[in-house]
Amino acid sequence: MLVIEDLHVKVGDREVLKGLNLEIKSGETFILFGPNGSGKTSLLMTLMGFSGYKVVKGKIIFKGKDITNLPVYERARMGIGMSFQRPPTIHGLKTRDLVQMCAKYAQNKEIDVLNLAKKVNFLDFLDRDINSGFSGGEIKRSELLQLMAQQPDLLLFDEPESGVDLENMALIGKIVKNLLRGNGESPRPDVPMKELKKIRQVSGLIITHTGYILDYVNADRGQVLMNGQLCCEGRPRDILEHISKFGYKECVRCLNK
Amino acid sequence: MSEQIKIDRFKLEGMEVEQDLQQFVSKYKEELEMAGIVVNELERSGTYLHLNQNPLQCKSHQSGLEILDIKDALSKYDGLPDYYWKAVDKNKDEYTKLAASKVHGGYFIRVSKNVKIKDPVQSCLFIKDENVGQSVHNIVVVEEGAEVHIITGCATSHKVKSALHLGISEFFLKKGAKLTFTMVHNWGEQVEVRPRTVGILEQDAVFQSNYILLKPVKIVQSFPVVYLNGSGAVARFNSILVATPGSYINSGNKIVLNAPNTRGEIISRAITTGGEIIAPGVIEANNVPAKGHLECKGLILNDGVIHAIPELKGTRSGVELSHEAAVGKIAQEEIEYLMARGLDEDEATSTIVRGFMNVDIMGLPLKLKQAIDKIIAETEKDMF
Repeated sequence: MLVIEDLHVKVGDREVLKGLNLEIKSGETFILFGPNGSGKTSLLMTLMGFSGYKVVKGKIIFKGKDITNLPVYERARMGIGMSFQRPPTIHGLKTRDLVQMCAKYAQNKEIDVLNLAKKVNFLDFLDRDINSGFSGGEIKRSELLQLMAQQPDLLLFDEPESGVDLENMALIGKIVKNLLRGNGESPRPDVPMKELKKIRQVSGLIITHTGYILDYVNADRGQVLMNGQLCCEGRPRDILEHISKFGYKECVRCLNK
Repeated sequence: MSEQIKIDRFKLEGMEVEQDLQQFVSKYKEELEMAGIVVNELERSGTYLHLNQNPLQCKSHQSGLEILDIKDALSKYDGLPDYYWKAVDKNKDEYTKLAASKVHGGYFIRVSKNVKIKDPVQSCLFIKDENVGQSVHNIVVVEEGAEVHIITGCATSHKVKSALHLGISEFFLKKGAKLTFTMVHNWGEQVEVRPRTVGILEQDAVFQSNYILLKPVKIVQSFPVVYLNGSGAVARFNSILVATPGSYINSGNKIVLNAPNTRGEIISRAITTGGEIIAPGVIEANNVPAKGHLECKGLILNDGVIHAIPELKGTRSGVELSHEAAVGKIAQEEIEYLMARGLDEDEATSTIVRGFMNVDIMGLPLKLKQAIDKIIAETEKDMF
């Protein structure tokens, strides 16, 4: 699904990613850990193609195509979708209308905005201007609603649990899980697991600090990003346990080896 | 750019026109509809039409709602001594003086005490010939406890390039009265426009003004002022202005809070695609408690000038006045946010601009909103 080769990225004059190599396979969920300022968000922004994140070396390959220099919207139309941490407010643009626009390039264009909104408990916000006065948790639900309409094949989540209270965490966890399963292909007795997997393969890249999201999604692999370099690959829960006990010391040692 | 008008270019008299209403309406249906006029009068409680220098139609469908041509009202009510030139100063400038010397018509609309008019009253001040000078005088009286929404569309026929419109408007809102006044301007590229508007609000009166100017015009110079003289009165101005190349728009508002517990709000959205917009906003508070807020946002697409001048004046301790003003371009962050959902750069930009010009806040009737959306869609084509 996604292959990153020797990726170097600069923001202004500062190099924020220093030679990243990473592959995320179809149907795989990858967890990215790392201290503040290590370059996690920069990686997501670079994958999405935002201005200000300049690839100075290396390349990004998505679905077998080099997308390193493609504009943001083409990446989105190819199937990359991102949940923003701090999305901008757009006055006069109703949430309902934006959700409808998100479906324009989805596999299934016919979406039922009301039904989707109900799933994220967001009916009351459909007539509000997008992100205007939304709380942290409301932003998360709004972002998920847009992604549900967009139906991307590669999902980029920037801290899906930040600013969310415990009650909403369960809801958000469930939706993220459904999105990663291709919008909710639950196990069915009449379809073999092998076949179910073929229906739609969705991959995910999730940034997390707290690891709460790991209670909900079936994460395959994880890695730590330190000072713009990847290190310490392992099972996400093992990495989380290590970080919560010893911090990122191990990663520093690993990098300096 | 000079805001002076060479008045002698325009013919202020002798522009006699046919008086056939049906013919007029069918001939200029499109222009009328774009100015917010519903020609079959569905969901309208009354209509006033004025063509060039003559009134064409004056009709009320509801008791308690009086619609007269101003000349008829002046003769019927002995010169309207309580209202005629009582809000606007006749000697304010050369345009008011000229308007006073030559009155072609205009509406007198009065809503009787405690009568609440459900459907809007519509009026249209129309110019169909080249170089016409049109001078109208409008008076609106909303009696105690009464309510009405007046939609005024000012327009020129598509073929008119050059014309002059002088318009005096005086609003009187009695105790507890409520007036929503929506004005849509669709002028031609060489049309010069000088409205002079003043409103006077008594106790607990509520005034809302909506002003929409999206089409090219040569010069508009407009600065409606409302005085909140009774306690508990509320006034709000919303305006959406677009200046295309060659347009010069000097459009502002002033609210004067003269009584306790009064509130005023001025919200303006300005876009230039090459023209010049001067947007002064003034809130003055002379009594307490009084609250005022002024918000002016400007977008410069392509080139052009936006000059936002927010001004607050408090003369008593305890007044609460605030303002926010911003002039700039569309934030790249907003464009890319929408691009991440699959919209290309042009789609993202126009989505943001359409949001910027959103008129939801005005609470307009559906037909009018559709007409405005249509103008916005047309205007948008030339923006980028």
